[in-house]
Amino acid sequence: MAVDTPSQSVVKAAGDHARGRSRGTGPKRRAPKRSLATHWYAWAMVAPVVIVIAVIIGYPLGRGIYLSLTDANERNVARTIGVNEIPATYEFVGLDNYKAALTGSQFLSTLGWTVLWTVSCVTITFALGLVFANILNRKFAGRSVYRMMLILPWAIPGFVSVFAWRFLYDERRGMLNQILTGAGLDGVPWLNDPTWAKFAVIAVNVWLGVPFMMVALLGGLQSIPGELYEAAEMDGANAWQRFRNITLPGLRSVSTTVLLLSTIWTFNMFPVIFLLTGGGPGDATQILVTQAYQFSFQISPRDFAQSSTWGVLILVLLMAFAAIYRRVLRKQGEVW
Amino acid sequence: MTTTTPTPQAVNAPIRGRRSPLASVALHLTLIVASVIAVFPVLWVLLTSLKPAKYATTTDFFKETTVENYTNLLRDTPFLTWFGNSLLVAGLTTVVGVFISATTGYAVSRFRFPGKRGLMWTLLITQMFPVAVLIVPIYNIMASLGLLNRSAGLVITYLTIAVPFCAWMMKGFFDGIPREIDESGYVDGLTPFGTFWRLILPLAKPGIAVTAFYSFITAWGEVAYASAFMVGDENMTLAGGLQKFVNQYGAQWGPMTAASVLIAIPAALVFLFAQRHLVTGMSAGAVKG
Repeated sequence: MAVDTPSQSVVKAAGDHARGRSRGTGPKRRAPKRSLATHWYAWAMVAPVVIVIAVIIGYPLGRGIYLSLTDANERNVARTIGVNEIPATYEFVGLDNYKAALTGSQFLSTLGWTVLWTVSCVTITFALGLVFANILNRKFAGRSVYRMMLILPWAIPGFVSVFAWRFLYDERRGMLNQILTGAGLDGVPWLNDPTWAKFAVIAVNVWLGVPFMMVALLGGLQSIPGELYEAAEMDGANAWQRFRNITLPGLRSVSTTVLLLSTIWTFNMFPVIFLLTGGGPGDATQILVTQAYQFSFQISPRDFAQSSTWGVLILVLLMAFAAIYRRVLRKQGEVW
Repeated sequence: MTTTTPTPQAVNAPIRGRRSPLASVALHLTLIVASVIAVFPVLWVLLTSLKPAKYATTTDFFKETTVENYTNLLRDTPFLTWFGNSLLVAGLTTVVGVFISATTGYAVSRFRFPGKRGLMWTLLITQMFPVAVLIVPIYNIMASLGLLNRSAGLVITYLTIAVPFCAWMMKGFFDGIPREIDESGYVDGLTPFGTFWRLILPLAKPGIAVTAFYSFITAWGEVAYASAFMVGDENMTLAGGLQKFVNQYGAQWGPMTAASVLIAIPAALVFLFAQRHLVTGMSAGAVKG
């Protein structure tokens, strides 16, 4: 800016040259150091993350992609039995696994349910989070107590709450069915009927997800300046118009982030499905990730190639989603 | 919480005295119903854990109260060992996770360097990885590094889950801290790291609270990696141990609920500590993120 010293401008120019678009976080006010020295600092600060990610994520990714191009399974991978080392005998099969997955019915039907599961979970969670964030953003007696209670599901480790729900859902002795029979109704086979099980897993995931959504949106609401509402009221805008024209646009930036993250997380929500129904009954609630896990851990012989193929496909789908999402946002003038 | 952040709501709240009594009743009813739904499953587990086995599945709230389930649990399982292991793993994940996501977040927020956009993308993409598919290759890496069955192996794995999200959050948070503060640090002759460590980090407490909470919960409740990497009772974490316990005891709700309560307590404590900062922390992180 106006205070730029010559040397800072040099840094700025070097920075601009080094990497494309500015996000407004330019180095213009940085200490007068040469760009190389500054980069060295930045790189040193991100190095631990980069190294860990490269080793723990990079290698498995490479290996996963490789395995998805082979016919590796439990019987032909390298393994040690007693003192004998048995070398790997699996072979390169090109894109056969992908062809099989994309033309077979199992992948597509699992994908269908995964998409339905993701869309319903994210939509319901977001709607509820928005409602409760708006309620909690008002002033009334007992607000902090309500907020504590509503955030509680987030504070409990996932597998404990999933266990609690299994306990409530239990067909013969669970609380829910005891209430239903007490009221003279028939018990519901919550986890043993394909349709009810789908409903049950979505309900639990929504229960788990609302607190995060609510807290994030509440934070967003608190950053909207109050003057906007005052001005709107003076102009005679009613509650709905204020919500529509001030609250929603004000929440745009936080919403875009949490919607993207929660879509990604829900799509890969392993623990809820795995611990609540194990994918059952049959394969009714099996989403792509749990099915991929089943291929490499729960069937015999364990099918590593197919598992990796599904894993790579999951990744490709999510990356495509993120890219499209970002492009749509950018078209609407959102910088992200 | 009301007392900690009074200003934004005071400014934000609709003009007072306009809510009719009917609307107030509706508001409180909605919140009560929602709170009951939010709290009930957890409360029910707590109540069941205090019932003797023969009443475990009855719907009576209080029939007979006993701590038998807890004493049996502590006697029959290496529960305390598991508990200690989990505490170690989750504690290390939290400390290391917060530190490296803070340095990463700061670097991405303040410096422009080659590879920055790539790094931001990588952090996002890392969250897309299907955990289930990574287990086998990570297992192999850990085996070749000799980290199987050791806390360090689990900590490193959990860091890959927690850090990407935390770094994003911290970046958003640092973006909200005025750059003038960094400048004053440079003027005083601090190095970039010194500025970060002494000036910026103390200002980022709410962000740290959120990332610490997130890292702790991630590590504390994780099941899949824990049960794949840890073998033998003495190395197991609580989550993995409890999983085994479920299979072993089938539908013995009594001990299971007692174990759940004991697991939930440390998480709830961390939550209590962090919750004052959750809303402010999230708003800064997510809004700018």
